[in-house]
Amino acid sequence: MIAAPAPGSLLWFARHEIALNWRDWAALMTGGKRMRTYVALLVFASIAVVAHLIAASLLMPHIQTGIIADKATLAGLTGAGILFFTVMLSQAMESVTRAYYARADLDLILSSPASSRRLFAIRTLSIAGSTMMLSCLLAGPAINILAYYDSPAWLLAYGVMAVLAAIATAIAVGMTIALFRIAGPKRTRFIAQILAAIVGAGFLIGIQLVAILAFGQYARFSLFQSEAVLAAAPAADSLFWLPTRAAMGNGFAFGVLALAGFGLLALVIASSSASFGRYAVAAAGVPETRYKAQTKAKLFRRTSQKQVLRHKEWKLLARDPWLLSQTLMQILYLLPPALMLWLNYGQDAGMFIVVVPVLVMASGQLAGGLAWLAISGEDAHDLVVTAPVSPRAILTAKIQAVLGVIALVLAPLLLLMALSSPRAALVTGIGALLSAGSATLIQLWFRAQAKRAMFRRRQVSSRVATLSEAFASIMWAGTAAIAVTGAWLLAIIPAVIALIVMGIAKALSPKATD
Amino acid sequence: MQDSTPALEITGLSKSFDRPAVNGLNLSVRRGEFYGLLGPNGAGKTTILRMVAGLLQPDSGQINILGIDAARDPVAAKRVVAWVSDEPMVYDRLTPLEYLEFIAGLWQVEASEAARRAEDLLGWLGLAPHAHERCGGFSKGMLQKVALAGALVHEPQLIILDEPLTGLDAGSARQVKDVLKARVASGVTVIMTTHILEVAERMAERIGVIAHGRLIAEGTLEELRVKAGRGDTSLEDIFLDLVAADADAEKVA
Repeated sequence: MIAAPAPGSLLWFARHEIALNWRDWAALMTGGKRMRTYVALLVFASIAVVAHLIAASLLMPHIQTGIIADKATLAGLTGAGILFFTVMLSQAMESVTRAYYARADLDLILSSPASSRRLFAIRTLSIAGSTMMLSCLLAGPAINILAYYDSPAWLLAYGVMAVLAAIATAIAVGMTIALFRIAGPKRTRFIAQILAAIVGAGFLIGIQLVAILAFGQYARFSLFQSEAVLAAAPAADSLFWLPTRAAMGNGFAFGVLALAGFGLLALVIASSSASFGRYAVAAAGVPETRYKAQTKAKLFRRTSQKQVLRHKEWKLLARDPWLLSQTLMQILYLLPPALMLWLNYGQDAGMFIVVVPVLVMASGQLAGGLAWLAISGEDAHDLVVTAPVSPRAILTAKIQAVLGVIALVLAPLLLLMALSSPRAALVTGIGALLSAGSATLIQLWFRAQAKRAMFRRRQVSSRVATLSEAFASIMWAGTAAIAVTGAWLLAIIPAVIALIVMGIAKALSPKATD
Repeated sequence: MQDSTPALEITGLSKSFDRPAVNGLNLSVRRGEFYGLLGPNGAGKTTILRMVAGLLQPDSGQINILGIDAARDPVAAKRVVAWVSDEPMVYDRLTPLEYLEFIAGLWQVEASEAARRAEDLLGWLGLAPHAHERCGGFSKGMLQKVALAGALVHEPQLIILDEPLTGLDAGSARQVKDVLKARVASGVTVIMTTHILEVAERMAERIGVIAHGRLIAEGTLEELRVKAGRGDTSLEDIFLDLVAADADAEKVA
């Protein structure tokens, strides 16, 4: 029989964390229902099969011609590796910030005689573990296909993922502590969240921007295969390619990388765990901070009930920088299409095929987040419901508030587009309205009262809502992309699919199944 | 002449979740009365009040608020009611003044009148120095006072309070009680649930005791003493006797 670890020890904390994380994850996946466990397993298995098929179709041509570690291959793989690393770093930054700010059991543990250093060490390792898991899930199909059809040495890529996760976690901890020292506990969370979002989206958007500027097209990875990049890249035997060589199965390269990566994480944990309790306590004091209102606007003006509700939504959003950053960060993805519009102004009608669906889809995604905040994330739900306003008027006002923000974001881009092609602007406008309207309706059908602070968990609270929101946005984007080419009849197909998706979502919504 | 229509008239009200929460309740509260609603945990008090406030749909029964059928004309009923729960319904990122402006807008109170009332209420409740601070950093007691100010800014005729004194310090509790007393003196009806029986004993003109979703006793403190068959005794003793007797009767049934 295995003896239980001593209370307060590293192993004891580890067991506690693993049990909590597992139950949290299982509850989110299954909603606590046994049937859903089987359904979730079936869905995972199906996704895994499809992902492996896609990976095989993409990689088989390369495998058949033989993969050699030349400069072009190393550059391509390194590009993909950097992309994964930025996603890992972004996730690790988010998780580390949460470790300091999310109260949950922190108050209980910090007020106990148990060592906060041990708790921090375990939580940091847990962050590295979950960061690695995400990347392994994403890269797993490609690694498996390469290992099966090319060489089992590719399996070492999983080890590289673990090392990259350790490095990303170490950097995230270092950055968070630096922010605590420089910006203080009041601003650290906000700055860290913004940085995490920029890091997560920055590389992808950055290479898109460079590809647009260099080649006038969206293709991301062609950049790494371009003559200019290959000419500027170090020689194939350079140390620069060490991580990529490790992923390709070079044992020595992996050893060096693992030593450096895991060593860095150990060093960061050892040097920062002592300050964890102090900074976590400082972060706990942030909600107690009182903010003086800066507004000089005249209060108690005569307005309609709908106006009052709309203004309240906009005011709350504008005053919550964290929520604003989480919601509007999707605007970052509009930068590449905006740049394309700018560069191709009046010249290339073909670029609308790329730009229009991006704008339509971004509108849907943005509307989904805002609609959740307005409809489900009502912090004073009882107050609004007991007001002498009809439920219909409340919903109308809230939907208007959401669409108002979308219109504000989209208007400059539509205007720019209209100067070049009024028809493309009209198609985009209608597509964006349909996409945003669909996302808002889905949020309405799946509304479940929650605190605004739960915004990040909205996507896991209902998978049907999240998936149908995404599918509907994609279908409306497809409709707009086809419509802008003038193939109106063909555009009906994705439009009908979008409507079917909406119908299924409505049928599966809690109200319909009650 | 004062209108004789009750402030609240509940007839045959029922609501079930997985079990009956409110069971054919009949209740009448007079205008200008301070009515205390007592009952053990899970007796159905909050469910009753949430149905009156329009936050829950009854399975059956009728609710009339100042003569308005709440099912037939919910907006008209809501216009004269204020609901204050034990969990303050306040936005962290609004200041108390902005919060009152929001509520005045929802209840369509004339702008200059709303501004005057807001200033008065914040003064009475000791919130004037914090009028321009966001509620996010406020203590539970301060938030509860902001919520109460919000409930009063549209001058409701019926104020429903569910455990309004939970978490308040002695000073804040006194301020809230004084404001409520003043409102009752001006003809407003107050219905309040509380577990602090001393408060009900001192403030309520009539007390209703709820158990298993039914009204098991009602009256002034004196009438309840008679019903419980105890002379000069506290409300706490009477309450415990009544609830215990009801529990015994339930067991037998």
